[in-house]
Amino acid sequence: MKEILKSSEGTTVVQSPPGYEGPGFFATSLDKAVGLARKNSIWPLPFATSCCGIEFMATMASTYDFARFGAERLSFSPRQADLLMVMGTIAKKMGPVLRQVYEQMAEPRWVLSVGACASSGGIFDSYSVLQGIDHIIPVDVYVPGCPPRPEQILDGILNIQKLIHSESLRRRNSPEYKALLSSYGME
Amino acid sequence: MSKPEITQIAEALNEKFGEAILSQEQAYDFPVFVVDKKELLNIMRFLYDDDRFQFRFLTTLCGIHFPDKEKPFALMVQLHSLVYNVRIRFKAFSKADDLHFPSLTPVFSAANWMEREAFDFYGFLFDGHPNLKRILNVDDMDYFPLRKEYPVEDLTRTDKDDTMFGRKPAGFKKLN
Amino acid sequence: MELTTEKAQQEQKKQYTTLNLGPTHPATHGIFQNVLTMDGEIIIDAVSTIGYIHRAFEKIAEHKPFYQVTPLTDRLNYCSSPINNLGWFMTVEKLIKAELPKRVEYMRVIIMELSRLSDHIICNSVIGVDTGAMTVFLYIFQWREKIYEMFEEICGARLTTNIGRIGGFERDFSEVFWRKLDTFLKDFPAGLKEFEKLLVRNKIFMDRTIGCGPISAERALNYSFTGPNLRAAGVDYDVRVMNPYSSYQEFEFDIPLGTNGDTYDRFMVRQEEMWQSLRIIHQALDKLKKLDDKKSFHADIPSFYLPPKEEVYNNMEALIYHFKVVMGESDVPAGEVYHCVEGGNGELGFYLISDGGRQPFRLHFRRPCFIYYQAYPEMIRGAFLSDAILTMSSMNVIAGELDA
Repeated sequence: MKEILKSSEGTTVVQSPPGYEGPGFFATSLDKAVGLARKNSIWPLPFATSCCGIEFMATMASTYDFARFGAERLSFSPRQADLLMVMGTIAKKMGPVLRQVYEQMAEPRWVLSVGACASSGGIFDSYSVLQGIDHIIPVDVYVPGCPPRPEQILDGILNIQKLIHSESLRRRNSPEYKALLSSYGME
Repeated sequence: MSKPEITQIAEALNEKFGEAILSQEQAYDFPVFVVDKKELLNIMRFLYDDDRFQFRFLTTLCGIHFPDKEKPFALMVQLHSLVYNVRIRFKAFSKADDLHFPSLTPVFSAANWMEREAFDFYGFLFDGHPNLKRILNVDDMDYFPLRKEYPVEDLTRTDKDDTMFGRKPAGFKKLN
Repeated sequence: MELTTEKAQQEQKKQYTTLNLGPTHPATHGIFQNVLTMDGEIIIDAVSTIGYIHRAFEKIAEHKPFYQVTPLTDRLNYCSSPINNLGWFMTVEKLIKAELPKRVEYMRVIIMELSRLSDHIICNSVIGVDTGAMTVFLYIFQWREKIYEMFEEICGARLTTNIGRIGGFERDFSEVFWRKLDTFLKDFPAGLKEFEKLLVRNKIFMDRTIGCGPISAERALNYSFTGPNLRAAGVDYDVRVMNPYSSYQEFEFDIPLGTNGDTYDRFMVRQEEMWQSLRIIHQALDKLKKLDDKKSFHADIPSFYLPPKEEVYNNMEALIYHFKVVMGESDVPAGEVYHCVEGGNGELGFYLISDGGRQPFRLHFRRPCFIYYQAYPEMIRGAFLSDAILTMSSMNVIAGELDA
């Protein structure tokens, strides 16, 4: 973590992005400032279905303290969430629900697929289990493990933060992104 | 009242239901009665009401499929008498073309979802069940997945080449 | 005004609102859908839909060798996986008639009671969260991490443990484990006391939970309730006492009972069970100390238990057994067994039919959640919506176990 430095008081501060600095002003590109703000104030929507959800509880709790990364406020409503964390097996019966939740989220939105089941179906190669959520919604970061340790989930969050930080403001309007969504049959 | 012996239960059942009790065996620590499926509910009711036995706890209920048998489908019911701590198992076999069983819901409320599960997995039809429809799988599923003839893998999957492991999903097509 | 005519009743019915609670609702802690018919804030009726994470355990189990079924059992009630694992091993051991050394049985008791603790911690702290007390959750979860650390010391995994093998454990418990267990037993009671002090006589907590979601003993039995939920209704059925396994008959412990079967009783029963679990662990440690046997950690069943690696490399016989076990070529008797253990939620049963092949012919799990969750609509009828949420979390319905 290069960007988060320990200040002398022991609290974490965020390093400013590259830019022009002078007495009383600091200029940088809008992308970078917005990215910086977004990445440190994620509102995740925990979509916890099974075992990985219990590890997520451990991640949230005191020992691992998920809130350190600016994601203190879990958003249980998809309409206000930035990050969809899919944790656990998604059965075929659940698939449409997951997709609807994703569609309800406002842009920009990211998806973190936690655990083997969400990423690929895991050990459940059976008639009722969706073999990876990327069949129905686009995924940004995959976290392997069955279930992943809290450290791994945190690592996934850090990778999401990296993506958010470096994302250009125009990406969501680009033809590539629209093509990605339309390949999933979404507008 | 003392704990009833298995022989005592068998005698009482034979006396009351006669021909409906087809056979009796001991499977490890469990007495097993194979019974005529038509009498299943009456047997349950009898064991429930009789003060000597008081089988008032339905432990579990599930379907079984023996594809090679003449009567390929079986319903397994396990009862527990909490007062005397006696456990007992019933099996009722059925032909494939007539999968009707009496529902146990009039005696045990717990049978409701267990029977729905058996319907979902095997297609057993429980007469007298208040709400017999699929419980775990999606409503529009058109087969009964736990029957032995259906593979465990998704029938619609086309992306997996498992030839090296000696199995192939039904819908498999090799990608070029 | 009294509405007696049919038309008037229909008119009244029109005023009911339908509320769809779930399948993804922040307050339900899992994937449960309930379509509620509400009269204002009072629940008139509820219809539960389940199956949202149906993973076909029973079908997959028919295609796996016996020892590969264990990872499936992990994922049934994932809050207390070790109990499921060991329950499955005991089922297979019953089938192949394996005799286990006393030491293994006591070690298993320790593991099972630890996982009962971790199960009840989750359930009770979540009841706390649902009554608005987030603090208790954050406090008690530190202790749960300690239990995870101990499991990790034994088997390398935290949550889905796959702990042990058919016939015992894969290796002896390490010194670090015993040390960690000692510290845990010393320090945890203070943590649990603190947890109790924050909730048990807390006015808000009591007002919220007493009388919330009650069920009578008769109805609970008719719905085949087991475990803490049945005991909260006042029926002293515990598999550990009724059909002892793994030497539970040698232990002395109390079975806590409730009276009303409401949320507070369920909470208190779980709370007391945690103290009893600690008591059992202490006794198991004493018994282990008194045993002459300080070494054995598995039964002598070479055709099911993997030989040590160094022997596999140097010894023909061991190599053959290794091959047989891994390929699932060991002879298994044909037959059917049922074995049940007292899981975190109640009687967890395994009904196994073996036809002598390498896989189970049929494996049915008696999943306590699945069976008692069907009483939920009856329990919340006439209650407030907020009480319904609390009732669900106090029943400790685990989605993995519910949907198999």
